[in-house]
Amino acid sequence: MLTRRGALLSAAAAALLLAAPATTKAADDLKLPRQKVELVAPPFVHAHEQATKQGPKIIEFTLTIEEKKVVIDEKGTTFQAMTFNGSMPGPLMVVHEGDYVEVKLVNPASNSMPHNVDFHSATGALGGAELTLVNPGEEVTLRWKATRTGTFVYHCAPGGPMIPWHVVSGMNGAVMVLPREGLTDGKGKPVKYDRAYYIGEQDMYVPRDEKGNFKSYDSPGESYNDTVEVMKKLTPTHVVFNGKVGALTGKNALTAKVGETVLLVHSQANRDSRPHLIGGHGDYVWETGKFSNAPETGLETWFIRGGSVGAATYKFLQPGIYAYVTHNLIEAVELGATAHFKVEGKWNDDLMTQVKAPSEIPPAKTN
Amino acid sequence: MLIAFKLKLAFACVAGLAGPLAVAPLLSDAGFRGGANGTEQAIVEVRAGNVAYRVAGDFTRDGKQAAAPLRQISFEKPLAIMKHQVSSSEYQACVDDGVCRALDRSVSIAADRPAVQVSWHDANTYASWLSQKTGERYRLPTDEEWAFAAGSKFADDGLPVDDDDPSKRWIARYERESGRNRDGDPRAFGSFGVNENGLADLAGNVWEWTSTCFTRHRLDDAGETISSKANCGVRVVEGQHRSYVTDFIRDARAGGCAVGVPPDNLGFRLVRESSSWISGLAKTLHIARS
Repeated sequence: MLTRRGALLSAAAAALLLAAPATTKAADDLKLPRQKVELVAPPFVHAHEQATKQGPKIIEFTLTIEEKKVVIDEKGTTFQAMTFNGSMPGPLMVVHEGDYVEVKLVNPASNSMPHNVDFHSATGALGGAELTLVNPGEEVTLRWKATRTGTFVYHCAPGGPMIPWHVVSGMNGAVMVLPREGLTDGKGKPVKYDRAYYIGEQDMYVPRDEKGNFKSYDSPGESYNDTVEVMKKLTPTHVVFNGKVGALTGKNALTAKVGETVLLVHSQANRDSRPHLIGGHGDYVWETGKFSNAPETGLETWFIRGGSVGAATYKFLQPGIYAYVTHNLIEAVELGATAHFKVEGKWNDDLMTQVKAPSEIPPAKTN
Repeated sequence: MLIAFKLKLAFACVAGLAGPLAVAPLLSDAGFRGGANGTEQAIVEVRAGNVAYRVAGDFTRDGKQAAAPLRQISFEKPLAIMKHQVSSSEYQACVDDGVCRALDRSVSIAADRPAVQVSWHDANTYASWLSQKTGERYRLPTDEEWAFAAGSKFADDGLPVDDDDPSKRWIARYERESGRNRDGDPRAFGSFGVNENGLADLAGNVWEWTSTCFTRHRLDDAGETISSKANCGVRVVEGQHRSYVTDFIRDARAGGCAVGVPPDNLGFRLVRESSSWISGLAKTLHIARS
């Protein structure tokens, strides 16, 4: 383990030497107000303005990397997670077009590996990955300008085979850059939401022992070789929302009220997905997540390309329990990709009614 | 008041005196003592009595959903039922005999752990194997029997029906079922306590199969059943809450509805028929000798 860590650290040191020239600029040269935002763990989203009359700002976020062993299903299967701020996925960061995003990336000495972050919403330096590689015990600050609106993935990308492994180990999250005037339907009509939820879908690849039971490891490094073998087969053992099977069901089910419009931000940093709200729809859907394009309307299922984040709004019209799944139902039911919505309000008989409860088929009439 | 019968003693009696009778073939396993490792499957006898029973299944009245009726059920005879769920090592003995289907590789085989991830068919196969081995008649309990034996551990799942808003019932049920702690790892026998009838680990994290079919009932205005239609491809399972599971499912965690809260584990315990002539004989002889 020490040898492996040593090798990882020297690789990181080499990368840092290459990156050195661009890291010295002070952040005070921009004459813009600063705003510090405390991030919250998914599925929740930090408070934000949907449209803003204020001018551009420098928005400050801190991402602290945490490597930790977690349980990912009800059978007690353990997983060597690597996380931004302790959650899988990392938190959703919301800014407006034209804002500057200033991210402090902290890699505490308690971690075993170097990490960095690639923002799909940022321009240059591999999304910032080349400028942010930090060893355990180091921190770095990166600033990028939010020039494009939409929902975007961010993920760790520390080079070569480390990239996919860190991403499927939990180091992925999303940024939402809102138009300053807010979302519209593409024809000028504002699209507003009453609640926003961030659902991070993740494919996981847990090695099994010779008897077929899932293996448990004491550190990420020890899990690496076996895990990569499973990853290369491209068949996940788990596909989950928010880090574990059942993270968004039961006591943790998402909630809404009839008449409320919910914004659902759905990321998949590595693999394709097909969100579907059973019993509901997507009113406005930015399937590719980019708000400069008009949203599609009235969808049943939408498609999230691996490495992207989609956004959809839905106004709940009927109370009850809804399942939000990826409509590869094998992945939803057998591998874990199911969330539940608990929606309270008044039932609408016009939209649906059970005309006659189940009963025996009457005997065929003769003559 | 409960009585634990010692199968071992009962067998000794039968072996000594009933040998010449037609039961001889089943005594070739005279060394068999009910459990895989020589342990006995303890039976408790629940004294005759009553239970307030929320009827299982689905109910309609005048073509609309109706609440499940609560009925008083009397048991005029004592009920002999296993104190523990069938253990994984007891089940394994049936597998080793070439009769039962092997347990999933993730289930640990131990004398003090329940056999879990078993289907209704697996449970029935085990019951007939055990009956053959012992000369007793073992079977799954009916849902009524389970409720009677479970006593205070039986969860009344009655919910009112709001004709104007079906969602209230779904939400109430979802909240009730999702209120529970979801730690699905099977534990050692006794971890979930013993009820007032002496049955261990009821309503823990192992749900138990019953022989009761999923049935749709039509009720009259007085709440009495006019007609009913059973679907026996789906059976009632009992535990922290009642659930209905397709009979070939071994692991309900991934086999439930899109929005239900499924059982953590499927296991079972068996009723021993008191009407069996041979068990009656064995008991008589046992009593006569002691």
